[in-house]
Amino acid sequence: MLNFKLTSVKLNAAVLLGATVLFSACGGGNNGEEANGEVTGSIQIDGSSTVYPITEAVAEEYRAEAPDVKVTVGVSGTGGGFKKFTRGDIDIVDASRQIKPSEDSLAKANNISYIELPVAYDGLTVVVHPENNWVKDITTDELKKIWEPAAQGTIKKWNQIRPEWPDQEMHLYGPGVESGTYDYFTEAVVGESGASRGDYTASEDDNVLVQGVSTDVNALGFFGFAYYEENQGKLKVVPVNDMDDSNGAGAIAPSLETVKDGSYAPLSRPLFIYVSSKAAANEAAVDFVNFYLDNAGELSQEVGYIPLPDEMYKEQKQKFEQFATGAQK
Amino acid sequence: MTNSDINRLKDKAFQFFGIFCTFIGLVVLAIFLFDIILEGAARIDWDFLTSLPSRRASRAGILTAWVGTLWILVLTTIIAFPLGVAAGVYLEEYSTKNRLNNFLEINIANLAGVPSIIYGLLGLEIFVRQMRLGGSLLAGALTLSLLILPIIIVTTREAIKAVPRSIRDGSFALGASKWQTVWNQVLPASFGGILTGIILALSRAVGEAAPLIVIGALAYVPFTPSTPLDEFTVLPIQIFNWTSRPQEAFLTNAAAAIIILLIITFMLNGLAVYLRNKQQKKIKW
Repeated sequence: MLNFKLTSVKLNAAVLLGATVLFSACGGGNNGEEANGEVTGSIQIDGSSTVYPITEAVAEEYRAEAPDVKVTVGVSGTGGGFKKFTRGDIDIVDASRQIKPSEDSLAKANNISYIELPVAYDGLTVVVHPENNWVKDITTDELKKIWEPAAQGTIKKWNQIRPEWPDQEMHLYGPGVESGTYDYFTEAVVGESGASRGDYTASEDDNVLVQGVSTDVNALGFFGFAYYEENQGKLKVVPVNDMDDSNGAGAIAPSLETVKDGSYAPLSRPLFIYVSSKAAANEAAVDFVNFYLDNAGELSQEVGYIPLPDEMYKEQKQKFEQFATGAQK
Repeated sequence: MTNSDINRLKDKAFQFFGIFCTFIGLVVLAIFLFDIILEGAARIDWDFLTSLPSRRASRAGILTAWVGTLWILVLTTIIAFPLGVAAGVYLEEYSTKNRLNNFLEINIANLAGVPSIIYGLLGLEIFVRQMRLGGSLLAGALTLSLLILPIIIVTTREAIKAVPRSIRDGSFALGASKWQTVWNQVLPASFGGILTGIILALSRAVGEAAPLIVIGALAYVPFTPSTPLDEFTVLPIQIFNWTSRPQEAFLTNAAAAIIILLIITFMLNGLAVYLRNKQQKKIKW
């Protein structure tokens, strides 16, 4: 009896394995064919988890438009996404920073040309605990003094930054060094991408940073605008003064308007998609990117980011059209 | 107080210490379960199980994620089961003490301790790039099979070891060959233990996100896979993705998805216990 049982389990396994092999033989991909005037094909997207919500929203809406196009989106991070993009594995990469020279030369080596399209803004937001009654605003120089590598181990108290601030410890919270948010903040504030002190509480998950700042009266932290917007009751935003009155005088707090019109400088950062020439030769991908640029304004706001001005989307569309015609030749 | 009183006291103290230690784990688990169920249970309905991912938390579902998880489970079982059991049988029944086998044994023990992301990198190079499987279900299942093979091999060996020597001797005495003894006596007798090991290994595989992200499993997949070469996503990736979103409603979704993942894991564990008990009742020497 037992013996029989074992055999039958083995047999089932063998049959299933056979079926698997058979299936694999049939499962070929089809790319960019056109049937009955409908756009069909598949588009592979990967990259930044910051940009992901926008691309997810666009892909979701695009399904109603072109149900036969298979759009898939991964979240390998901006660096991971560019790695696949420059090998030619994917069509579009979500990027929370611009492509690096090393990535650009990889793309060239693999004969991949690309176009960079900004799709939305994110305002990096500096926050403190709501019961912190001493910080009303902060200048970019002060932020630099707090975050630069030389501050490690020496800048520990609030009154070291401004004498009128209390003689209390300052606890810093920020994104981990792997994230695009960190790269952009250090570039904008310290002047060099990736240069900062190391003795702060770092997390790749912005929700952890929200948690940290909202439970620590002496905390100062920064992260993407959406995380502040969703947790306004638990956090206090710190307006940033860039000491340059030509783009709005005094300290300016991030908001839909100030990020969009560029007065919340220097902590507004653009988010991008990069489209490869290979994808631009594929009708489905061209259709998708145009749909993306048409709807990114509305959809990015819905998922917590800040849209570009309308004329910028138009510009991007023109730029992309030229690129696509070039790629299709 | 006499010496024996002191010893009895020590005994009692240790007993309480043991109970305390046991409860630490259980209490933490209970708090975790309570918290998750409180947050996510209300979100689970038919729509949640049958909807595609969406930017609107209230419309988002986990259809592609749980279907992907089931595919991965089935494929991983098909790949890892025969390989793991065969390797276990070889090492326990056939191998003699020599350098090669010693080397094999040490390395299998080492493999069991390798972090899962390393298997992801291995899978990325071998299955995704060299074998050109891409970020497919098959590549994912092969990677997870590597991950759980050491566990299956070790538990298979333990189960086979538990079969008494006398059973083998009896079989040999009746003129059975080595293979007949293994196939007709040893394997059936140890099958309950082997199955338990496989199912526990699978419930580990079901919870893995890191190696699958490395091999290129996706986050947004608007179709359920229909062949092993299709792209996919799994529940842990969906959960990971939702927990990092700023909107509170996505955290609720994540909690609900965690409950579904827990149900799958508990069902697997329950199956393991059931099979073991059934087997134990059957075998009477």
